Amino acid sequence: MLTLDFEEPVLEIEKQIESLGSSEDSDRYADEITQLRQTRDRLLAKTYASLTPWQTVRVARHPNRPQSSDYIRMICRDFCELHGDRHFGDDPAIVTGFARIGSMKVLVVGHRKGRTTSERIACHFGCAHPEGYRKALMKMRLAEKYALPIVCFIDTPGAYPGVGSEQRGQAEAIAMNLREMSRMRTPIVAVVIGEGGSGGALGIGVGDRVAMLEHSWYSVISPEGCAAILWKEANEKTNNLAASALSLTARQNLENGLIDDVLQEPSGGAHRDPEVTAKGIETWVLDQLRELGRLKPETLVRRRFEKFRGIGAVTTRVVDRAIEE
Amino acid sequence: MAEKTTPRTWDDVQTVTQTKKAVPEGLWMKCPACGETVFRKAVESNLRVCPKCDHHLRVGGPERVEQLLDPGTFESTNSDMAPRDPLNFVDLKPYTERIQGAQSRSGENDGLQTGSGFIKGRKVVAAVMDFNFLGGSMGSVVGEKLADAIEAAADRDLPLVVISCSGGARMQESGFSLMQMAKTSAALGRFHDEGGLFISVLTDPTFGGVTASFAMLGDVILAEPHAIIGFAGPRVIKQTIRQDLPDGFQTSEFLLKSGFIDRIVHRHELRNEIGRLIDYAGK
Repeated sequence: MLTLDFEEPVLEIEKQIESLGSSEDSDRYADEITQLRQTRDRLLAKTYASLTPWQTVRVARHPNRPQSSDYIRMICRDFCELHGDRHFGDDPAIVTGFARIGSMKVLVVGHRKGRTTSERIACHFGCAHPEGYRKALMKMRLAEKYALPIVCFIDTPGAYPGVGSEQRGQAEAIAMNLREMSRMRTPIVAVVIGEGGSGGALGIGVGDRVAMLEHSWYSVISPEGCAAILWKEANEKTNNLAASALSLTARQNLENGLIDDVLQEPSGGAHRDPEVTAKGIETWVLDQLRELGRLKPETLVRRRFEKFRGIGAVTTRVVDRAIEE
Repeated sequence: MAEKTTPRTWDDVQTVTQTKKAVPEGLWMKCPACGETVFRKAVESNLRVCPKCDHHLRVGGPERVEQLLDPGTFESTNSDMAPRDPLNFVDLKPYTERIQGAQSRSGENDGLQTGSGFIKGRKVVAAVMDFNFLGGSMGSVVGEKLADAIEAAADRDLPLVVISCSGGARMQESGFSLMQMAKTSAALGRFHDEGGLFISVLTDPTFGGVTASFAMLGDVILAEPHAIIGFAGPRVIKQTIRQDLPDGFQTSEFLLKSGFIDRIVHRHELRNEIGRLIDYAGK
């Protein structure tokens, strides 16, 4: 597993545990190993309890971090993938399909980053094209028609910036999803499982309930993009500054009222125990869907509307017209 | 595509801007497109279209309001709504300083003016973005004012005309800005359900979170000629694909050809075109 630089001290202890454990008379070191394991666990918990925003971004991008496909495998039964937008193609960067979670039938929509190099390239590293957003909308309409709730897994650095994506209307595709998701007459829950990069994330994120995994990020722009524009260059230092300035962590988004819940990750991050993380997501999703399922569609749509309608930070100030005269 | 019209003075609009700049400008200016030196007054009285090459120069918010609406008919709403700094955002400068700077330069509270007025005698709700105010970026104020304007148009059964001119979402409000995309789009969803007419006018430049929300949701989408319009900025795309971008990429003409806008309209014809559309589709 890839180790992030701030995890080096933990790695050191793990190396010691390993060398003691693999020595011929490892039984003699049993106590020492137990102690080292405890130290490691404490250190790991401590490290992850105080991640900087930029470190959080790097955990959210960890190559071993569970992705939509992993959660679908761990949480869903009888997943029936539905392909294509019926207009242009089938974007592998967004996966959609019917599935069962617990006793519920749902439609799952998720960004797909891909695991192997060839998968990653095919999925454009989780950056969807317009046909991906249109596929998502089309399948969501299907869910609405059959009164199936929608479960979205958000994990994208952003919508794909390319010639084809512009030509095929990236902006229009996202805009239409925002509008249509806001009035969909079926429950929508969304979980940011890794990266919540801007409009590309929100394009499948207009939910009745939105949660973020503890070490995911969600913001109007990536720290690097922000650093490049506002600090004139993206480097380790400015990325750090931008990540902090953007208030992109789960905790901050919750405090700002932009999401509804934060889902705890196992000590050391979701990649250290995907099963436990998946269980947490499953429980949250089912709880939300049970509550939302009691609402009439009109109530559901009205509350979803009011929730997004109410977000904003404004004040009043009398315009000083003096300079115009 | 709109026919090219001979530049002419627009008789029913007072184009001399009321917003006097603190620094006096020179009598002459250089057209950024053809490079010709032109008489500044001639450009201004020509709705900021170059008399030599027909290039559409950028128009600030207050001046655009004057250009768009019948003289003296605009009644501004929410003009006292101003931005906060919910995240205490500091980059090379604090956001509060950027706000204050933009406010004192423009005499406006933020980068969107909303209100009601008449266009060629048709009553409308109008919203006009101002690129001079922090790049026309959409933060909470722009989102809130626009949502209010959309709702006003719905309540009063009026067509909605929005002139977009923006670099996208305002980074300094991060998640708050992002959610304005959902908010404005949701408000337009209701407006759409109620049968309202939304004419979206895209001008140079319109990008990012603005394009990917309300700007692309027009019932009819118009664009000024040769405006640069897109989702991702050309520089970002170039870095991603590591190739040169095709000629005319992300221009109004490119969007028309790709099927994403209805008409390209010369600035001189904009009011006529809007009036005509309202007669066809307005209530």
